Amino acid sequence: MVTIFGIPSAALFGQLLIGLINGSFYALLSLGLAVIFGMLNIINFAHGAQYMLGAVAAFLLLQWTGLGYWTALIVAPLVVGAFGIIIERTLLQWLYKLDHLYGLLLTFGLALIVEGIARNFLGSAGLPYTLPDSLRGGQNLGFMFLPNYRAWVIVASLAVCIATWLVIERTRLGAYLRAATENPTLVRAFGINVPLMITLTYGFGVALAAFAGVMAAPIYNVSPQMGSELIIVVFAVVVIGGMGSILGAIVTGFGLGIVEGLTKVFFPEASNTVIFVVMAIVLLVRPAGLFGRRA
Amino acid sequence: MLDVTTPLLAVEELQAWYGESHILHGVSFDVREGEVVTLLGRNGAGKTTTMKSIMGIVTNRTGSVRFEGQELIGKQSNHIARTGIALCPEERGIFASLSVEENLMLPPVVRPGGLSIEQIFDLFPNLKERLGSSQGTKLSGGEQQMLAIGRILRTGARLLLLDEPTEGLAPVIIQQIGKTIRALKQQGFTILLVEQNFRFAATVADRYYVMEHGRIIDRFANDELDANVDKLHDYLGV
Repeated sequence: MVTIFGIPSAALFGQLLIGLINGSFYALLSLGLAVIFGMLNIINFAHGAQYMLGAVAAFLLLQWTGLGYWTALIVAPLVVGAFGIIIERTLLQWLYKLDHLYGLLLTFGLALIVEGIARNFLGSAGLPYTLPDSLRGGQNLGFMFLPNYRAWVIVASLAVCIATWLVIERTRLGAYLRAATENPTLVRAFGINVPLMITLTYGFGVALAAFAGVMAAPIYNVSPQMGSELIIVVFAVVVIGGMGSILGAIVTGFGLGIVEGLTKVFFPEASNTVIFVVMAIVLLVRPAGLFGRRA
Repeated sequence: MLDVTTPLLAVEELQAWYGESHILHGVSFDVREGEVVTLLGRNGAGKTTTMKSIMGIVTNRTGSVRFEGQELIGKQSNHIARTGIALCPEERGIFASLSVEENLMLPPVVRPGGLSIEQIFDLFPNLKERLGSSQGTKLSGGEQQMLAIGRILRTGARLLLLDEPTEGLAPVIIQQIGKTIRALKQQGFTILLVEQNFRFAATVADRYYVMEHGRIIDRFANDELDANVDKLHDYLGV
């Protein structure tokens, strides 16, 4: 058997793949958090619940209407994103001028309510979501077996992250967003409808979370607490990448997924804490995060 | 000079508040089409607040602001910009996360008839050389001011609000800004200028209003400037 540093290569690549999968979700979720924080100045604690809602929406679509994975991948983000827009219009918009703490508390409360309702209807046990037929099976790469669905998750997540980054950094709309993040009053005085942009940005960030939730449904079970388990790690990712940094969220998301996977191979005892150790070190050296602008 | 046309901008009994503090106590003045009108006054007299109240940036305001006969007092700033008024703010408002080109192209075109990019580069040749610069705020103060003026010329706005465009700039740059304002006036732009430096204002303005404590306390035309110099020294404390 081939070994690398005394580790069987199959185990190493297997954990690397799991790391990349986890990283795909970290990246999608922290990207949404970064976009929302940049525009709204709100730390969206409901992000995990919105991710869970995406998975639940996919599950219910299949149960109630028989609509499968590919439909859910489009419909669930739209529905959950619309739910986000309602929250922004009715609740969040009153908090922008207040301290971060208020937005954090409000979204944390929302997360508890949404998870409580989900637990009431679905129970605490996970519900299985069947894989679409088109993504069953896998490829034997010689050194490891790569399930098709896992490959799809990594590719789709990378594609969505890169597309989002390109829109923000390279387009006219992205220039409006960046400018409005810096000085919303002046951008509005140029004739741009900044409040509408803020609403749509929140809707987009929430839709990203729901998109990640749909992709997660076939891998992890659909359960009410799936979001709260993940979101703590994702917040650590955001802090390491630098609050509000788009590129930071993407790179750190994938990077830390891999770090976590490798830790499982070389020092399994630390695999649950390694991200927080990295966070502590990064905060000591660069308090604004690896990609933070206010260094 | 007798003028019977309706003013392009008519401000009447404008009052404005920042939170609890009452800043403007009934400001009235007008700007006619093609004019360069200057608001003079010391720091804290309410000049910038007047600009921001016209633009809808200060939202807590009463009175009347009419532009081309249209009442703006109840409108939000993005709608006011769309009527054809553009602001060049005192702090210039160049965006650090945008390149020079993105800064220049940021304000949307609100009406036809704005300057083309080539015409803007004719006015500010330095900008063309710095177009590739990755960060708008890496420009010098003078270049940032030119960028801040240049970008609002694209929009088709007919009324430009320029808030202390000469502040903190070298004399040679101030001369260039003066030349630019005269060129813009010739091209038919109407300009409301805020200044503390009346020697600069005298090179560009048609008329002056003097502000103090949130009120207009005096007014005169450019040809009356010499007769009023002593009074102005008093008002401005120079």
